[in-house]
Amino acid sequence: MKKDIILSGVGGQGILSIATVIGHAALAEGLHLKQAEVHGMSQRGGDVQSNLRLSSSPIASDLIPQGGADLIVSLEPMEALRYLPWLSETGWVIANTVPLVNIPDYPDAASLRREFDRLPHTVTLDAEAIARDSASPRAANIVLLGAAAPLLGLPAERLEEGIRAIFGRKGEAVVEANLAAFRAGCAHARKTILP
Amino acid sequence: MKNRELLLGDEALALGALHAGLSGVYAYPGTPSTEITEFIQEHPLTAERGIHCTWSANEKTAMEAALGMSFAGRRALVCMKHVGMNVAADAFVNSAMTGAHGGLVVVAADDPSMHSSQNEQDSRFYGKFAMIPVFEPSSQQEAYDMARAAFDLSERYRIPVLMRLTTRMAHSRAAIVTAAEIRPQNEPGFPADARQWVLMPGNSRARYVRLIDDNARFEAAAAESPFNAYTDGTDRSTGIVVCGIANNYLAENYPDGCPHPVLKISQYPLPAALVRRLAAACERLLVLEEGQPLVEELLRGVLPAPVPVEGRLSGALPRTGELTPDNVRRALGLPPRKTHAPSDIVAARPPALCQGCGHRDMYAALREVVGEYDRAKVFSDIGCYTLGWLAPFHAIDTCVEMGASITMAKGAADAGVHPAVAVIGDSTFTHSGMTGLLDAVNERSNITVVISDNLTTGMTGGQDSAGTGRLEQICAGLGVDPAHIRTVVPLPKNREEMKRLLREEIAYDGVSVVIPRRECIQTAKRKTKIRQA
Repeated sequence: MKKDIILSGVGGQGILSIATVIGHAALAEGLHLKQAEVHGMSQRGGDVQSNLRLSSSPIASDLIPQGGADLIVSLEPMEALRYLPWLSETGWVIANTVPLVNIPDYPDAASLRREFDRLPHTVTLDAEAIARDSASPRAANIVLLGAAAPLLGLPAERLEEGIRAIFGRKGEAVVEANLAAFRAGCAHARKTILP
Repeated sequence: MKNRELLLGDEALALGALHAGLSGVYAYPGTPSTEITEFIQEHPLTAERGIHCTWSANEKTAMEAALGMSFAGRRALVCMKHVGMNVAADAFVNSAMTGAHGGLVVVAADDPSMHSSQNEQDSRFYGKFAMIPVFEPSSQQEAYDMARAAFDLSERYRIPVLMRLTTRMAHSRAAIVTAAEIRPQNEPGFPADARQWVLMPGNSRARYVRLIDDNARFEAAAAESPFNAYTDGTDRSTGIVVCGIANNYLAENYPDGCPHPVLKISQYPLPAALVRRLAAACERLLVLEEGQPLVEELLRGVLPAPVPVEGRLSGALPRTGELTPDNVRRALGLPPRKTHAPSDIVAARPPALCQGCGHRDMYAALREVVGEYDRAKVFSDIGCYTLGWLAPFHAIDTCVEMGASITMAKGAADAGVHPAVAVIGDSTFTHSGMTGLLDAVNERSNITVVISDNLTTGMTGGQDSAGTGRLEQICAGLGVDPAHIRTVVPLPKNREEMKRLLREEIAYDGVSVVIPRRECIQTAKRKTKIRQA
């Protein structure tokens, strides 16, 4: 088993929480893991990414080679496209479709759609709307994790254990809200991926 | 008991130091080194054992305090980002002369590609310059193991040891296995050779000869180190010298094993005998090293080499920026992997000051006031407020290194610039701004210093700031006229008041200090969350 995942978004969107849940699940499965993160200056509203590598055999590089990523999981549509050179030919892009526009030259909606249309394997979703509908409006990042879940090669119950472990100290209500968000994302992806 | 833990390289090193019997960590925050000290601060062993873990005012005070702890026989760790080494350099280089008593390990976290820094300096040069051993982990496990090895080496040879990390090691997570034994702290005690701790010329001359002699022992230790390894290969057209995490990028490109002979280096001084062995076996050498071409330069020299040496200097690898699996792949002559073309609609998304940040209100006012003069210049400094250079503010003219705002404004004022305004944060001011302010006071320089006080060390994630609550006292103590130390709350509703204060203090012929003060909104948010939980 090998999954190389690029998590991307804008500083403050919560990609590290996604990484922590996946990491928790991967360790419980006895997998090897490496996770390169971005800390410091670029966290302030700039583009951020994390390289997350899971494998049943030891992992050499902390960085994913170009053309090697099995998945790009992005909390922001343009930020998903930033990492296309790292995506393998058969790789999937799972992206939130809600743009975060904090720069003057942000591309228009039509060009964003065109770029996604030329990719062979995508799951796109309005993670914020799904989060609101599942009564957990602040958990758009966990909705996205749910949407990526069927492609991660990890059992869903392991990921749910990860969510319990990471949000447990914030109380049962927060855990339940995040589990609901996760399941809603998961359901969306299954509809998209399976005919 | 052995444990498997998922840790950042920074955290693995910190845990290794704790398990090696650490008595104190001394540090000033700086990306990518901050998490080492934070991990120690939060670890239960720290409270249990009374391990020192409070932030220092700057890297020099940290280095000196650690040297004092080492003098007293206990194990001390000093952590900083690469440019912090410049601040600590006087203490660091001379600590090689005094030597260590209790184990003394200095960690420098380098930032090739300048993710969060102003240059790409390679701290291995500092180790070579001071003539002390250097460790460079290639994995999180090595970062953990090396902490103990570095303390051991330090105590064996009574010498400070430098540990060099780079961003991808510091900020990448992997599972590590911890040691079976958690070592106790050293009992306090004083060095047997007291003379070498007094660096008067007569003592220093004798000590320097010993240090040079000891370098042969340091090199012998590196030659026998388990962290360095010679692995033979069948394809001898190229021999590869691989340093630190470059080892991982090499392995990534040869999943079934590298066909070339490889010399892995994670402990310096560079063991010359092993390099000669590799060179004798191969037609050419390729050096893969993160940062500046220290090893490549050493092997290449200036005279015609008996064996061609390639790397960053020859163009086999890019001269600047960090290594990646991809640029190493090209250097190895392997074909590129198939991938997707980059999207041409992706726009750059630079970092920005947070919405609601007090620095924003400060810059909004300052920019308007400065715009009223023909030749105003704003000298800024290192911190979140450096982002004031970007749109929409375009409010600063310089940013060089910690503390340079005040002294550069002073020098420019000496040259006739008016208004000469310095913009510096509270933590940077106590790090390196205070002494410069004293220079300005002593000469009655015509400068206006804005200390944008957010009550924390913001850019690195909200660590304690050394002068919180005492900035006015510090400025007055340094001799600034209290009538010209003005405070204001930087909020949109106070814009006019802030502009008035700035105009008045710019008009004053002498040193004035304006302190816009409002808590960093990130730390404020975190505190609210903690209260709610």
